[in-house]
Amino acid sequence: MSQYLLSTYAVEGEVRGSPETPEEMQKFMERITSLETEMKASGTFVFTGRLHDPDAATVVRSSDGDLVMTDGPFVESKEHIAGFYIINADDLDAALAWAGKVVDAINHPIEVTPFFEMPGA
Amino acid sequence: MTRVVAAHRETTGVERVFREVYGQAMATLVRVFGDITLAEDAVQEAFVVASDRWRREGIPANPAGWIVTTARNRAIDDLRRSARGRELHEQFGAVASTHQGPGADDWGEDGPVRDDQLRLIFTCCHPALRTEHQVALTLRLLGGLSVDEVARSFLVSESTMAKRLVRAKYKIKAAKIPYRVPAEADLPERLRSVLSVVYLIYNTGVDDPERASLRSEAIRLARALVELMPDEPEAAGLLALMLLSESRVSARTAESALVLLRDQDRTKWDHTMIEEGQAIVRACIRRDQPGPFQLQAAIQAVHCDADSFKATDWPQIVALYDHLFSVMPTPVIALNRAIAIGETEGPGAALTALDAIAPDLDNYHLMHAARGTTLHRLGQRDAAKTAYERAVHLAVTEADRRFLAQQIEDLAEDEALMQHSPSGSTGPSNDGKPR
Repeated sequence: MSQYLLSTYAVEGEVRGSPETPEEMQKFMERITSLETEMKASGTFVFTGRLHDPDAATVVRSSDGDLVMTDGPFVESKEHIAGFYIINADDLDAALAWAGKVVDAINHPIEVTPFFEMPGA
Repeated sequence: MTRVVAAHRETTGVERVFREVYGQAMATLVRVFGDITLAEDAVQEAFVVASDRWRREGIPANPAGWIVTTARNRAIDDLRRSARGRELHEQFGAVASTHQGPGADDWGEDGPVRDDQLRLIFTCCHPALRTEHQVALTLRLLGGLSVDEVARSFLVSESTMAKRLVRAKYKIKAAKIPYRVPAEADLPERLRSVLSVVYLIYNTGVDDPERASLRSEAIRLARALVELMPDEPEAAGLLALMLLSESRVSARTAESALVLLRDQDRTKWDHTMIEEGQAIVRACIRRDQPGPFQLQAAIQAVHCDADSFKATDWPQIVALYDHLFSVMPTPVIALNRAIAIGETEGPGAALTALDAIAPDLDNYHLMHAARGTTLHRLGQRDAAKTAYERAVHLAVTEADRRFLAQQIEDLAEDEALMQHSPSGSTGPSNDGKPR
């Protein structure tokens, strides 16, 4: 069993596909709930999170032994990670099938990245 | 066969067998080890042992089985000796048990679904890999081409190709791209990329006697695909296309130079292959779900039907190219369509069609070769020479270069002939008759 990160990408200023009316929001939440129930029932679900906009991000780095904080995301980009799932899956095909279900539920592109497995772990 | 090839025959005997069994051995060892790099190293090591022993004792009756058994035993011994191996051994106890597992005796095909090579090709052609990586992996792992050969077939440097293969194998391992034939629901889509990769392998073996085994390898893979997916007409179409193309191979070259369809000795065509290919095309027509490979096969079937170049049903060929272009509008199909138009409407119409696509295919030698032939037929010898020279410059295979050099010589001969002929100033006839 491997773990995969399914990152949800959002494009700055793009609202296409996002729920707007209360009815749409309710449908959206129902889809998410049903997806996560399915993930949990099958032992797929590990963790999920939704992130604030990159405007809320702070970068911390070391410079000559001092910690330096800067405002804003590390990468200035129109695309950013809006949320993620961490899932268990047998192989890439299984992970891609789950990614497909997430895409259907939230209507955003998903990037599937395998977690590094520690030898002997 | 050229003298050069004949002189090397003795030394290439064992190497030729290596090439033929490489893909089979790799596919089985990837299943056994679940790791491509491990399987590659093991096959390499077995080839080193074989190269010495086979030269002394002769090639065994079942070379692929011999390589698999030797590679497996050596790899397991290596694994046991190394610390990493002991770690793996503890992690995957199964590896050790395979040492006593099926040996060379039960080597053989277990039916298409169980075909290891089929599994490996679906892994190599996984849509999570980019196309250039799919083709490179398939050629390297199943076709047994060296990294340098794969690099040359892609027109990139050996180091670029080596990096590409390392990256592709890294992704298969890190992301766990599975080693299996896809589920029913995913098959049609997954099949499409597999079919184009198989056809590319076939074409890599065209006009290169040293790589002829790639063509039979591609045909073998296509047969396995047809057996596995009898309801997929495009797999059948690809098989027919390759059989019909293969049927003409022995007539395609003479003294290492390319012989055009119009000049081929049609008695040299392999009629068994033609009959098999045409039967598949007829079955496809009855099924009536045309696709790019079936249409290309139908075009080849029309060519193979004709007793002579002149007797070819050119209007039918142009109609099939029109249909093909409507489902797959690529510049190369437009090029072939333009050449066919030269036979129905004459070289003037062909030149107009060629000029329309010339910018898209400026780096493709066959476009310049076709322009050269067309310009020659129109009597524009200087322009024809320029086009042929550009084609020679871009040509990849020696056979192509020899053929093109011959065309340039023919042009010069025509020129000399015209200077001594009273009607020379009007140039050769341009009534659309093939040269």
